[in-house]
Amino acid sequence: MASAVQYREIEGRSGGFYLLLIVLGTFIAAGLGAAWAMEHQGHVITGMTNRIVWGTPHVFAVFLIVAASGALNVASVASVFGRELYKPLARLSGLLAVALLAGGLAVLVLDLGRPDRLIVAMTHYNFKSIFAWNIFLYTGFFAVVALYLWTMFERRMNGYTARAGVLAFLWRLVLTTGTGSIFGFLVAREPYDSALLAPLFIVMSFAFGTAAFVLVLMAACRWSGRPLGDELLARLGNLLGIFVAAVLYFVAVHRLTNLYVARQLEFERFLLVDGGLYTALFWIGQVLVGGIVPLVLVFAVRSRAALAAAAGCVIAGGFAQLYVIIIGGQAFPQQIFPGKDVSSSFFDGVVASYAPSLPEVALGMGGVGLALALTVVGLKVLPFLPTKA
Amino acid sequence: MTRVAAGILIVLLAFPGQAEAPKFKIERGEACVAPVAEMRRDHMKMLFHQRDRTMREGIRATRFSLKGCVDCHASTKTGSVLGEEGFCSSCHAYASVKIDCFECHTPLRQAGVASRP
Amino acid sequence: MNPERRHLLGLAAAAVLAPGLRLVELAQARSPEEAASALRRWGLLIDVEKCSDCDACVTACHEENGVTGHGRPATDAQWIRKASLRDRATGHVQTMPLMCQHCEHPPCVDVCPTGASFKRADGIVLVDKHTCIGCRYCVMACPFGARSFIHEPVTGQKPDVPRGKGTVESCTLCVHRVDRGQIPACAEACSQAMVFGDLNDSSSEIHRRLKSEPSTQLRADLALNTGVRYQHL
Repeated sequence: MASAVQYREIEGRSGGFYLLLIVLGTFIAAGLGAAWAMEHQGHVITGMTNRIVWGTPHVFAVFLIVAASGALNVASVASVFGRELYKPLARLSGLLAVALLAGGLAVLVLDLGRPDRLIVAMTHYNFKSIFAWNIFLYTGFFAVVALYLWTMFERRMNGYTARAGVLAFLWRLVLTTGTGSIFGFLVAREPYDSALLAPLFIVMSFAFGTAAFVLVLMAACRWSGRPLGDELLARLGNLLGIFVAAVLYFVAVHRLTNLYVARQLEFERFLLVDGGLYTALFWIGQVLVGGIVPLVLVFAVRSRAALAAAAGCVIAGGFAQLYVIIIGGQAFPQQIFPGKDVSSSFFDGVVASYAPSLPEVALGMGGVGLALALTVVGLKVLPFLPTKA
Repeated sequence: MTRVAAGILIVLLAFPGQAEAPKFKIERGEACVAPVAEMRRDHMKMLFHQRDRTMREGIRATRFSLKGCVDCHASTKTGSVLGEEGFCSSCHAYASVKIDCFECHTPLRQAGVASRP
Repeated sequence: MNPERRHLLGLAAAAVLAPGLRLVELAQARSPEEAASALRRWGLLIDVEKCSDCDACVTACHEENGVTGHGRPATDAQWIRKASLRDRATGHVQTMPLMCQHCEHPPCVDVCPTGASFKRADGIVLVDKHTCIGCRYCVMACPFGARSFIHEPVTGQKPDVPRGKGTVESCTLCVHRVDRGQIPACAEACSQAMVFGDLNDSSSEIHRRLKSEPSTQLRADLALNTGVRYQHL
């Protein structure tokens, strides 16, 4: 009979630990400072404009939220699909999911034009809006994962872990569908307006979440001196590879279908050929670095270092993909008058220019810092990490 | 140690900051649209209710309009309900309650406008 | 006369008189204490052929509503703009004003999480700045790019037109003027190309012109049933 898995808090007393917290704390402070400046002086201090209303903070926030949903995947594979090998990692998976979501939501809320009206947002609902549903889905996710974690921590509740896991798994599928639908429901914009965006976001969440999980797991074990098995990492690498391939598939189907539709040709030409930065980010960032390179690293090279590099590439590629989706999608001019060249004082008919500004990057990095800080503090305070994995 | 701390705290709390009542002038009109006690207690409820009626339903009764309030209560010196001797700001500063209305609404009295819906 | 025939004649009389009664109702300006009514649907008709190269409508709108610029066109609000169109196939050139189209099925209303973006009973689409949290989802959803987000603190607002930093705004069809029985500032500045009126009122000029001459909606493919219509586009 296999010995029971032992979990223990990390020691968290070394100089390195405190240095890590100081670095993360600096990012958080910078993010808060940026939010304060934006709130007082208005969004004019950022690079966002009336043509590009969602910018770098939203790229970070959506990445964190999508990765949060996917980070729970390892726990789901353990509890819902019964893979024993992953069970020791389920607690860390839950912690990371909650931490990443908290970071993403913090960025989103602090970027609002009126963040002081959060209470209004939580008391006035228009249920035709997917945003309104997302408020419930996101806050509910915290509750569901907390419940799930409790069934894992409390020995008398261990019998309910599988059921809690199923609830968490279904909840995050709905949540990620909701996140993709934010864009999918935008009927008026050619880059969006597609039912394909919801399942695309689901597979993106699998890829980004697994990549984030792999990196956090490897770092946590390395820095707390806990062994991490080759077989486990190899299996995680395979999972990552499959999810990356799935993302490439959905992107390919989306692009190929659009190329078939005459009305979408102008956007596809912009994205695939002459969109400048956005074309480069698509082919080099998203497809090459975020897709092909990780596949090669995971399935051909197959070493621990290769896995870590692959995870890093998936994350970088993920940011590129979201930059193209969110910002590139807005930069492309709205097609109000088909067949006509348009110009106006409100920048109709031209590709909008945008460059990330310091407050936006600081706010986004603040969210990342918050997510990682919550993970680090969680690991120190409660036994999330197995003594060996 | 805790007794010393408690002692210091009590001494500090015995000297509150600004203890005087807010100064404001009511320079116009005989009476407000409702009795003073009711206005003091319920003006926010009235404002919330009326703003939804105006915004959502288009009911623009002049008696309860914000323009009407400002027209009557704005300082004759500054023409505003905010700032020095501002009617709204003096009580709100004392009570430490941030006023949100004038982020969007003008706090200045405008000639000939209050009577128009 | 038997009861059935009497009943039928009564119904016929009501059917004949009812439109007349409605006409009388609609012809009278609404009193301020009355709510906006769903019997009306406010609309704007723009004859693009008569639209010349000026921007009187833009100037009038921004003056009426206190929409001042800061010399930063990328972030300054614009409630209405002149768009120049050149047909790629034929080379034909036109200019026309573009503003919130006051759709019957507004995408901006659908996506607003707090319900701040809403359609009034008489068809005017507005932003309730009391509940707007400044998330800009409506700006993403609008097919016409009609909405602006206020990027800087605002001062010197017009008393009838509250505007503030951090919220989203767009053309209100000069709702404060319409409620007083006046017409929007743009239509007043340009009586040659723009007609404002009640689409439901068969005696109004706008209704008659829409009935007698062809007109188009922008993005008709989206089936939004806009309140703003264009002729000779």
